[in-house]
Amino acid sequence: MLSADERREIEAEIPRYPQRQAACIDALKIVQRRRGWISDESLRDIAELLGMTLDELDAVATFYNLIYRHPVGRHVILLCNSVSCWIVGYSRLREHLRRRLGIDFGETTPDRRFTLLPIVCLGACDHAPVLMIDQDLHRDLDPAGLERVLESYR
Amino acid sequence: MHPDQRPLTRDLRPDGEALSLPGYERAGGYQGIRQALRLAPQEIIQLVTRSGLRGRGGAGFPTGQKWSFVPLGPAAPRPKYLAANADEMEPGTFKDRLLLEATPHQLLEGMMIAARAIEAEIAYVFLRGEYVLAAQRIQRALAEAYAAGYLGGHSFGADFSLQIYLHTSAGRYMCGEETGLLNALEGKRANPRAKPPYPQTSGLFGKPTIVQNVETLCCLPHIVNHGAEWFRSLGLAADAGTKLYGASGKVKRPGLWELPMGTPLGVLLEEHAGGMRDGLKLRGLLPGGASTDFLTPRHLDVPMDFTNVEKAGSRLGTGTMIILDDRTCPVGMVWNLEDFFAQESCGWCTPCWSGLRWAERILAAFERGQGAESDLEKLDWIVKFCAPGNTFCALAPGAVEPLSSALRYFHDDFLAHIRERRCPYRGGSNGNAGGES
Ligand SMILES: Cc1cc2nc3c(=O)[nH]c(=O)nc-3n(C[C@H](O)[C@H](O)[C@H](O)COP(=O)(O)O)c2cc1C
Ligand code: SF4
Ligand code: FES
Repeated sequence: MLSADERREIEAEIPRYPQRQAACIDALKIVQRRRGWISDESLRDIAELLGMTLDELDAVATFYNLIYRHPVGRHVILLCNSVSCWIVGYSRLREHLRRRLGIDFGETTPDRRFTLLPIVCLGACDHAPVLMIDQDLHRDLDPAGLERVLESYR
Repeated sequence: MHPDQRPLTRDLRPDGEALSLPGYERAGGYQGIRQALRLAPQEIIQLVTRSGLRGRGGAGFPTGQKWSFVPLGPAAPRPKYLAANADEMEPGTFKDRLLLEATPHQLLEGMMIAARAIEAEIAYVFLRGEYVLAAQRIQRALAEAYAAGYLGGHSFGADFSLQIYLHTSAGRYMCGEETGLLNALEGKRANPRAKPPYPQTSGLFGKPTIVQNVETLCCLPHIVNHGAEWFRSLGLAADAGTKLYGASGKVKRPGLWELPMGTPLGVLLEEHAGGMRDGLKLRGLLPGGASTDFLTPRHLDVPMDFTNVEKAGSRLGTGTMIILDDRTCPVGMVWNLEDFFAQESCGWCTPCWSGLRWAERILAAFERGQGAESDLEKLDWIVKFCAPGNTFCALAPGAVEPLSSALRYFHDDFLAHIRERRCPYRGGSNGNAGGES
């Protein structure tokens, strides 16, 4: 069930569009912000609230890189693997994460602290290589810098 | 440089904070919309047409001409819509981020002027979900603009009523494509739509709609304030205005600069990006993001504008260059690009989803040392298969631009991979680490 808070926040988005369905991305993000991911149950609840079929909403949910249909860890690392980061050494960061956390793309640490996902160009190519953790962008990283950054996410 | 020669970034704060509404107005902000409100919509469209402004989202379509297809007057369908395209997901592109984070009011004013020109009542800033700071700053700027009465109705003492909403997306390259963006805003998958009908007559929710890039919109207040002639005079070669140029890759000073449209490639690279890092040589570059053809060191004299880059066999695209050095594998670089395009294909047309993934698999084989001469023919064939006209949208034709030009310019590298049965740029056996240093 959606919480009263979630419902209220979603309802507040709806008047910005002429059709309820148009608020579905907002709704998915609102629920995911609180629960970390979108379960089948959440999907059903949102679809019902917005007058969509389950298939319609799932087609949207699975289309987007930032909507998670599987549980994720407490912090999500989005490592840019696009071209400018690739040129200046994204794979060293990936290798470092693999060694330090024991995870590769699509995996979560056993203590559920981190999930690692690839992401397309984060629009910070002049500071490549970059990654995001949760809502924060970290730029100009080398393995030592990445190590310090990881420490601040418990 | 005279400050009015870089109108878009002239007033950026040195501390990187966004200009507040009062700060923006002290620098002359919101004069353009006031001026525009004294003009008829047709007159604004004519002004922008005369200015020579071309879309900064990548395609360079003339902005005034695009607007001229929107039905005007009391008989036109309503409401009409405007969408600011702030999806910026083209790999290697980081220019709109600056405008969104540093001068959100400039964008809002540009949107007001565009909305006035096409008589739109509702506008959205379509922002990619990862631009968290930009979202906060636009949200704050919107609150300031509503509080000042500049949005929401009867603004500026005129019959001007505009609502602007921020829509943050959830990450998919196709959302940046004009009609994909409209579907995304309607809460659907961002598949593109068949044209005609064109968005100008039947766009968002079936109503007349204009989709415009952030940088394009930011030019508008200045064109209204200083005139079409002034804007044209800023350009050094064939096209008008200034351009936010960027460079990434192994140059000494990667970065972003507002410079006259038509600044020569070599000047950008040497004077602004500081040249290549020590010990490296320029091999080639993508002049305007991932979906543009390679240029090479013999193109350094090319003026970086839409007209001249096209003459040189590529496209200005987003104007943010990706630099390939002589120690990075061109085959590996193109592999990385095609992997991106294959992943972001919406899957609608066969040449795109199957052709691009096939190309990616072949390039991966090259990097593993398993490429064959016959694969080069296959890659050529995929390039033709994805040519403009064979697919529903411009993703696939854009995707094969770096591929086809790499096959042309870096043919010897492909052959070396076949001959040596490995990637000649690679020390160890390390993933796709052609670009390691
Ligand atoms: C796959 C694809 C992605 C695109 N992404 C963007 C984008 O992120 N931002 C943008 O302004 N234009 C993007 N475009 C171009 C838009 O379709 C459209 O031409 C542009 O927003 C029009 O604005 P302009 O005339 O001001 O350039 C993309 C095009 C394609 C084919
Ligand atoms: S070209 Fe690719 S992205 Fe564009 S509609 Fe076809 S399958 Fe979709
Ligand atoms: S390629 Fe990584 S931020 Fe652009």
